[in-house]
Amino acid sequence: MNSGVITGMKPSTFRRHFRESFKNLSRNGWMTFAAVSAVTVTLLLVGVFLTVLLNLNKAATDIEKDVEVRVLIKLDATETEQQALKEQIKNLPEVESITYSTKEKELQNLIKDLGDDFALFEQNNPLYDVFVVKTKRPADTPKAAKKIKTFDYTEDAIYGEKKVERLFSFLKTSRNIGMILSLGLLFTAMFLISNTIKMTIFARRKEIEIMRLVGATNWFIRWPFLLEGLWLGLIGSILPVAAIAIGYSYVIEAMTMRMQGHFIQPLAYFPFVWQISGIILLIGAFIGMWGSFMAVRKFLKV
Amino acid sequence: MIEMKDVTKKYSNGVTALRSIDVSIKQGEFVYVVGPSGAGKSTFIKMMYREEKPTEGRIVVNGVNLSTLKDRNVPLLRRQIGVVFQDFKLLPTLTVYENVAFALEVIEESPAVIKKRVLDVLNLVGLKNKARMIPSELSGGEQQRVSIARSIVNKPKVVIADEPTGNLDPDTAWDIMSIFEKINDQGTTLVMATHNKEIVNTIRRRVIAIENGRIVRDEQRGDYGYEA
Ligand SMILES: Nc1ncnc2c1ncn2[C@@H]1O[C@H](COP(=O)(O)OP(=O)(O)OP(=O)(O)O)[C@@H](O)[C@H]1O
Ligand SMILES: [Mg+2]
Repeated sequence: MNSGVITGMKPSTFRRHFRESFKNLSRNGWMTFAAVSAVTVTLLLVGVFLTVLLNLNKAATDIEKDVEVRVLIKLDATETEQQALKEQIKNLPEVESITYSTKEKELQNLIKDLGDDFALFEQNNPLYDVFVVKTKRPADTPKAAKKIKTFDYTEDAIYGEKKVERLFSFLKTSRNIGMILSLGLLFTAMFLISNTIKMTIFARRKEIEIMRLVGATNWFIRWPFLLEGLWLGLIGSILPVAAIAIGYSYVIEAMTMRMQGHFIQPLAYFPFVWQISGIILLIGAFIGMWGSFMAVRKFLKV
Repeated sequence: MIEMKDVTKKYSNGVTALRSIDVSIKQGEFVYVVGPSGAGKSTFIKMMYREEKPTEGRIVVNGVNLSTLKDRNVPLLRRQIGVVFQDFKLLPTLTVYENVAFALEVIEESPAVIKKRVLDVLNLVGLKNKARMIPSELSGGEQQRVSIARSIVNKPKVVIADEPTGNLDPDTAWDIMSIFEKINDQGTTLVMATHNKEIVNTIRRRVIAIENGRIVRDEQRGDYGYEA
């Protein structure tokens, strides 16, 4: 490829390329349809996958940000013993604050969060009295929990560790699977676009031959085909953008209702929808241009 | 205008189509290229507009050294050369006018210039009244006239034709020749490969005969020299 890409392209030339590229689209209707469909399916899956992934990521950071350690106090600890434990915890360098919560209060929280079914336990409360300990930094949480576990009168010290670890490993596997799947689909879509452009080049080979004979520049010959690929990619991303914009609004609605007051929240509709739409359009444009670029390089021989 | 120095062309399949060609064609000349089938006439012509590159030797066309010409600058060379073929190479869906205008549109000439030049050349080849027809509505001779109009619409310094009358009946061939003479009279260099003995022997011009890739004869006001 060589110079003269866009440098000083006249408006009339630009219009011509535009027109020709649209003519190309309609010229081989079925191939165009197939390529656009492939892009649509691909971007739909990539879009859903990205939405899920980004939300899981958000959940993981939400949990990580949670600097709480819940210290379950041994059932047989007396009030003075509880007080002693509190002092011990307070003296840890990682600890920022500590609050006490009775098992009755814990049960009320549980009922509030998870439903009236737990009201049954009001007769015979199976929970522990709890110290809710906040650490200064999220990274300190595991260290603090480990120390607290060694103290007398501590039944257990629980923090987000398990949840985060599980979520992260889930995140990693789903990301890898999604990545491989997406890449496969992206290449299929690109291949189909490339093939469509190849057909157009073939259909127009006589025009191309004459253009070369009379001295059209290489970029002049290439542009309509590159634009055609761009359109294929962009047209293919319309449906996925719409589907995700609409679909995500429903998801948000359902999620916010269910997870009210919870510290894990889905990504807010705005600006997320703008971002994901932008990403989908960009990927569409990219595979379109890249697909046609490959066809142009291989079959146009300019 | 056109200089070839010790030009050899060996195709990738091993066929040597041209061997040590030395030739010099001056501005305004009218040159026939004759010789038996497979002698290398078309290859000789393709060298001039850099459709093929020489394996050895030096070619200069209109001051441009084709040996050092970068691929991306080939279009600039092509704009100085008009090319005409036996099979016309017209676009079947475009009208006569559009086929000629096409050559200027794709080199981004301005609409006003395009209109004037196209009408001028259609006038020159006598097809102004058929400007709106498409090629399939024209006779072979008329189609070749469209193709010639397209080759000269950008005012090239040289027109190169490979058997331009090969597909035409004798009368039509003479019509085409009179157009070529007109173009040559205006100072345009003309190089034409042909098998048409009658034309070469009647319109007497310089004749370059090629046999087996070598120039075997080069005469001002030469004759065809082969049995037709
Ligand atoms: N693209 C090519 N690849 C390989 N060999 C070629 C190619 N073009 C031509 N040749 C060979 O080069 C030799 C010269 O061919 P060329 O077409 O120049 O002959 P010509 O004089 O134009 O013949 P004709 O009068 O039949 O048109 C022939 O042997 C031909 O087979
Ligand atoms: Mg030939």
